[in-house]
Amino acid sequence: MNIIRTKDLSLFYGSFQALRDINLNIPEREITALIGPSGCGKSTFLRTLNRMNDLIPGVKITGQITCHGEDIYAHGTDPIALRKQVGMVFQKPNPFPMSIFDNIAYGPKLHESLSKPDMADLVERSLRGAALWDEVKDRLKKSALSLSGGQQQRLCIARALSVSPDVLLMDEPTSALDPASTMKIEELMGRLKQNYTVVIVTHNMQQAARISDRTAFFLTGDLVETGRTDEVFSMPRDKRTEDYITGRFG
Amino acid sequence: MKRRLSIKRRVYSGALTGFMYLAVGIAVAALIGIIGFVLYRGLGHITWEFLTTARSALRNTVGILPNILYTLYIIFTTLLIALPLGIGAAIYLNEYAAKRRLVRFIEFVIELLAGIPSIIFGLIGVLFFIQAMGMRRPSLLVGALTLSILVLPTIVRTTQEALKTVPAAYREGAFALGATKWYMIRTIILPASADGIVGGTILAVGRMVGESAALLFTAGMGYALVTNYFEALQTAGGTLTVMLFVYITEHGDFDTAFAIASVLLIIVLLLNIGVKLVKRRLKKI
Repeated sequence: MNIIRTKDLSLFYGSFQALRDINLNIPEREITALIGPSGCGKSTFLRTLNRMNDLIPGVKITGQITCHGEDIYAHGTDPIALRKQVGMVFQKPNPFPMSIFDNIAYGPKLHESLSKPDMADLVERSLRGAALWDEVKDRLKKSALSLSGGQQQRLCIARALSVSPDVLLMDEPTSALDPASTMKIEELMGRLKQNYTVVIVTHNMQQAARISDRTAFFLTGDLVETGRTDEVFSMPRDKRTEDYITGRFG
Repeated sequence: MKRRLSIKRRVYSGALTGFMYLAVGIAVAALIGIIGFVLYRGLGHITWEFLTTARSALRNTVGILPNILYTLYIIFTTLLIALPLGIGAAIYLNEYAAKRRLVRFIEFVIELLAGIPSIIFGLIGVLFFIQAMGMRRPSLLVGALTLSILVLPTIVRTTQEALKTVPAAYREGAFALGATKWYMIRTIILPASADGIVGGTILAVGRMVGESAALLFTAGMGYALVTNYFEALQTAGGTLTVMLFVYITEHGDFDTAFAIASVLLIIVLLLNIGVKLVKRRLKKI
């Protein structure tokens, strides 16, 4: 089952075309890795999936993206409802300057009003979901900025989970972290895919090979190749993919 | 040849260093000299009666309680008017306005406004609020309206600077959770920039405390004791700086003037300490 499909998706920053006719299906409850050299459009593509590019002036999008069969750029689609369904984790951990508890409660408060015990429950579930609960349960009232980088990133994952999305977009979520924290997050992603669809942008090809089920290779705005990760890495169909994953450029 | 150049340079460098020490010395000496002189002449005349009574022609006593109250009332009223306007304008310029050219034009006008001598604001206060708007005579309200225009640029600029320091990552994080723009501003941006906004506000209060030219003809020079805030708004009343001027020019009473100056210096000192404390407290989380 494909949860997200894009059809002839193109994106322009002013007159610069950053994405060219992208046709990509993202299957449910799998990890799809987007790889490619810097500036290839993979992050731009990721950000079209929850309409974060709306915030940048001068962006024009053509083609179609559907999520659960609904056109997300259609007139009348509410980007706020979309972003509740399609959560996002950023490259640099960006906890809000408030307590750990309030960070997690921020999203749910936007969408529903919960009683105190219900909220406490939801915060606990979200933190458990991001494998952070045991480390922070005694200091939920402490500032989120007092956590380590890896913990902050897991807090951001918990924050994204708090509004119960279907899809989790991750924009190089481990590139600012040390190897131990990276490993924890990779483990976590393996567990997350049981309940969520994960799309991850990564610069690290070992990471893509380790954790993803499917891989899509982007180059200068084109989607060059997509398929099962083991196939893309062991027998790429396109010469450019082979050159990239064998480290001939990038 | 080489040797001579080196000596020349050493002399040049030494002279410059000496000049810089001299410049710093003169600046610091002037500052300490002025503060010291004012306090030396003024502190001795500050008595309990001076701070807690109104001037009485009958008993021939001098007191500045009404003027302290008027100063506080004007500060409060001005903040009431200028803070929502200034912070609102800054939020609009930084977060909402889409046309960069319009924003730059407005910012340019705000810069200009900040550079206008304050006596001109006083003139505008008289012409616009008293004559055109029919308020008829000077009052604390007219003074506060005039001061609001005067401090608006300070509040807008400092708020803009404070808003700019909030990392873009916070905004993205909030948007990605489905926050609307205003919700994001209210819950993330304003709290995160509160210390800068408070700092700018206290700076603006400092300007109000020190202002006299803009208030002379708009707020007036009254010194009757009116404790009711709403009544006082309609009364003409002199702030501390205005009274300082009045005591010198009309009474030739330098002792009282220096006493008022000392009170002002102490207020400014307290304000500065206040800024530091507030900033430290807000930076905690």
